[in-house]
Amino acid sequence: MSILGNRVVRKEDPKFLTSGGTYVDDLKIDGAARVTYVRSTSAHARIRSVDIDEARSAPGVLAVVTAADIELDPLPLEMPMLNEKMPQPWLATDVVRYVGEPVVAIVSETQAEGADAAELIFIDYEPLPVLVDTEGALEGSIVLHPEAGTNVSFELQFGRDESLFDGCEVVVRRRVNNQRVAPCPLEVRAVAARWEDDGRLTQWSSTQAPHSVRDALAKAYGLFEDEVHVISPDVGGGFGAKIGGYPDELLIAWLARRVGRPLKWTETRSESMVALGHGRAQLQDIEIGGSRDGTIGAYRLTVLQDSGAYPRVGALLSFMTRTMASGTYRIPKVDFNSRSVVTNTTPVVSYRGAGRPEATAAIERAVDLFAAEIGMDPAEVRRRNLVPPDAFPFTTPLGTTYDVGDYGRALELALEASGYADLRKEQARRREAGEVRQLGIGLSAYVEITNGVPGSEFAAVEVRENGTAVVRTGTSPHGQGHVTSWAMLVSDALGIPIDSIEVVHGDTDVVPRGVGTFGSRSLQVGGVAAHQAAGQVVDKARQLAAKLLEADPADVVLDKVGQRFHVAGTPAVAKSWGELAREASSEPGGLSAETDFTPPGATFPFGCHVAVVEVDTETGKVTIERLVAVDDAGRILNPLVAEGQIQGGLAQGAAQALLEQVAYDDDGNPLTANLADYTFVSAAEVPSFETTSMETPTPVNELGAKGIGESGTIGSTPAVQNAVVDALSHLGVRHVDMPATPERVWQAIAAAR
Amino acid sequence: MRVRLSVNGASQEHEVEPRLLLVHYLREVVGLTGTNVGCDTSSCGACTVLMDGESIKSCTVLAVQADGTEITTIEGMAQDGAMHPIQEAFREHHALQCGYCTPGMVMAAASLLKEHADLTEAEVREGLEGNLCRCTGYHNIVKAVLAAAGDREALV
Repeated sequence: MSILGNRVVRKEDPKFLTSGGTYVDDLKIDGAARVTYVRSTSAHARIRSVDIDEARSAPGVLAVVTAADIELDPLPLEMPMLNEKMPQPWLATDVVRYVGEPVVAIVSETQAEGADAAELIFIDYEPLPVLVDTEGALEGSIVLHPEAGTNVSFELQFGRDESLFDGCEVVVRRRVNNQRVAPCPLEVRAVAARWEDDGRLTQWSSTQAPHSVRDALAKAYGLFEDEVHVISPDVGGGFGAKIGGYPDELLIAWLARRVGRPLKWTETRSESMVALGHGRAQLQDIEIGGSRDGTIGAYRLTVLQDSGAYPRVGALLSFMTRTMASGTYRIPKVDFNSRSVVTNTTPVVSYRGAGRPEATAAIERAVDLFAAEIGMDPAEVRRRNLVPPDAFPFTTPLGTTYDVGDYGRALELALEASGYADLRKEQARRREAGEVRQLGIGLSAYVEITNGVPGSEFAAVEVRENGTAVVRTGTSPHGQGHVTSWAMLVSDALGIPIDSIEVVHGDTDVVPRGVGTFGSRSLQVGGVAAHQAAGQVVDKARQLAAKLLEADPADVVLDKVGQRFHVAGTPAVAKSWGELAREASSEPGGLSAETDFTPPGATFPFGCHVAVVEVDTETGKVTIERLVAVDDAGRILNPLVAEGQIQGGLAQGAAQALLEQVAYDDDGNPLTANLADYTFVSAAEVPSFETTSMETPTPVNELGAKGIGESGTIGSTPAVQNAVVDALSHLGVRHVDMPATPERVWQAIAAAR
Repeated sequence: MRVRLSVNGASQEHEVEPRLLLVHYLREVVGLTGTNVGCDTSSCGACTVLMDGESIKSCTVLAVQADGTEITTIEGMAQDGAMHPIQEAFREHHALQCGYCTPGMVMAAASLLKEHADLTEAEVREGLEGNLCRCTGYHNIVKAVLAAAGDREALV
């Protein structure tokens, strides 16, 4: 029986549980000095002068560096679609554009000496007018990058169909804010760099994509890719924010060369809250129209995306928002337009879902607004408009083709699991009784795209002479459990038990190619590659066994339980994996195979979440009573791990709906720049989750698997937000922006009364 | 200043700067890197260790304040190669993903279980409020702690 589909506890856990993982800051690197960045405390200012003299002679200080010292070429563009006239310099030159932008780098013997020296640096700023809000940025009376001549960093303009809502009985319009949030991996960013005697560069990075870091370093330092060795040891979470190289990460190697020493840099949390990219940050205008029988006729979404001071991948998030704009619904006419603008804030990057949660939040809010307007139960409106199961592959009006799904079944399962009808009765009772604590029920029938950015992934499998196996993968995890899952996939093919299978990742010298872990792509690309490479090893071994057994390869079978090959019907004469590996040892590569798998397309996980909240109508406080989730990510490899991914996503999604927001004042000063001020969700603020799995295999890959890393976040945010509004709908409340803090909820109630 | 203390049962004696935090003492002087630093405001609990059996955030205690105490870190939880029941429960219930909050979470849970005879789910959630996790959504952590609570016989 195959191990696939079983609840397998993780191979990697004992180390984390007994001695802790090995994160970059844990590494002992002989002779390593420390780096400290001095960052801008002003959101927009001209730098009049930087006084570093006192810091230079402070105890333990090896170097103090400003932009003028750096002779490197400007940083290459992270992506070709980005505006090349809005580049972030290595260190701020004459102007700073956000609080947190690095201005000075200090190298010191110890971290404490670096912090002491930073206190001695004086930067004279001449304040410039500050742009915090995106509408002001679009209006353009202040231009952040004069050479670009505009604040628009990216746009998707397809024209506006003025007849879109013709024929609709009802049209509802609403501006909603998908607020800026902080990814907050529990491990902040950390880098160590060392130049080797042979001129090669070794860099240890807390990253989701070590090969991208390698390529970025090679480009920045004029090296060949094989002259750069990047290692990502254990990584304490990433959530999309640790993809690619930030300037302050890439500069460490230059500083190391300048002082002739290996260097380590670990940001502080307060630093990370302004220096690590943020997520979401979309202002959305939603318009939905249809008839009073519940049929949705048209939908328009117009997005204003904040890309922060220097455009990075966040400027492009609206591309994915467009891709998934119409969600699970069959809507005849859909319009989407977006603009991304720069502001004096921390650059926006991808964060768990990256453009898709924004699409789902908009359409799910829109459907509820429409339902409220026509006085129909939101479940019924969804039921009447979902893409039916026989319509797949289904192409949306905006050209996205969904692989496979049964959205209606997910909805019905979620309604049943939550006891929807009874919840509505209880809600009616509380309304009737005029109770202070009102009940809200929120739905979200989502679909999302995983592996949405085309690419391949490398895998190699080798059976060693002792009968154990090693798999090398290009996708390097940071909590997703690849070590267990990849061992399961290889074990399934070879029959070798998972404890005898080593999984190697995160080292560019050992794994020649790789793309990384993001966009819920790992299993469906990297996992399939590992499975295929293992299959190729089986084929090789079969050929070899046939030769040794003097049989036709077609007659030779693999006995997975016995971990050996024999001629069908004569199991007594067999060749074990170890024997075959020894036999193959004279051949180059031994008993191994490597492959690069490129999937034919993306996959589209879907589901339905039901949130049940209690709202205290006197204080505005919202309590999540239940979160019921039905999720379908195709065939599930390890339910234990898949559920963990969903649960983590549910909490993060609920946190955006109720708690978390990165805030700035009008002068661009961050108001949430540490974990005391940023309301990071805790155990006390979420319930235990009620999850149900559906498995509709995708035809896109041989495992039938879709991605599961982000669905929880995508589905839960609108479910919780809709529940808050639903609790107050009888009072006339139609919308509450996120996060639905007690203050906001209280104000919405007061305004409605 | 000179500090003398016990860390996981072994005596330690060092000359330290008065401003050195206990967490940096453990990581950089004693060399036990299992205890992590996740913030700078005593908010996240990644640095939680036991001081004389009670959980503390070691980023909020100076090394010199730990003079004369017994400190237990994650490295001191397994005995003779056998994981502590809380560690076992964390593995069994998949209560960790990236592992960064895990050492602090295990230590906080150990203290919580020691201090309370019976624990409800709500009490576990309140009790672990000072320990942040970004990966698990807390679901399986709470499950693991409740499982370990039900297995008190096995707890030391």
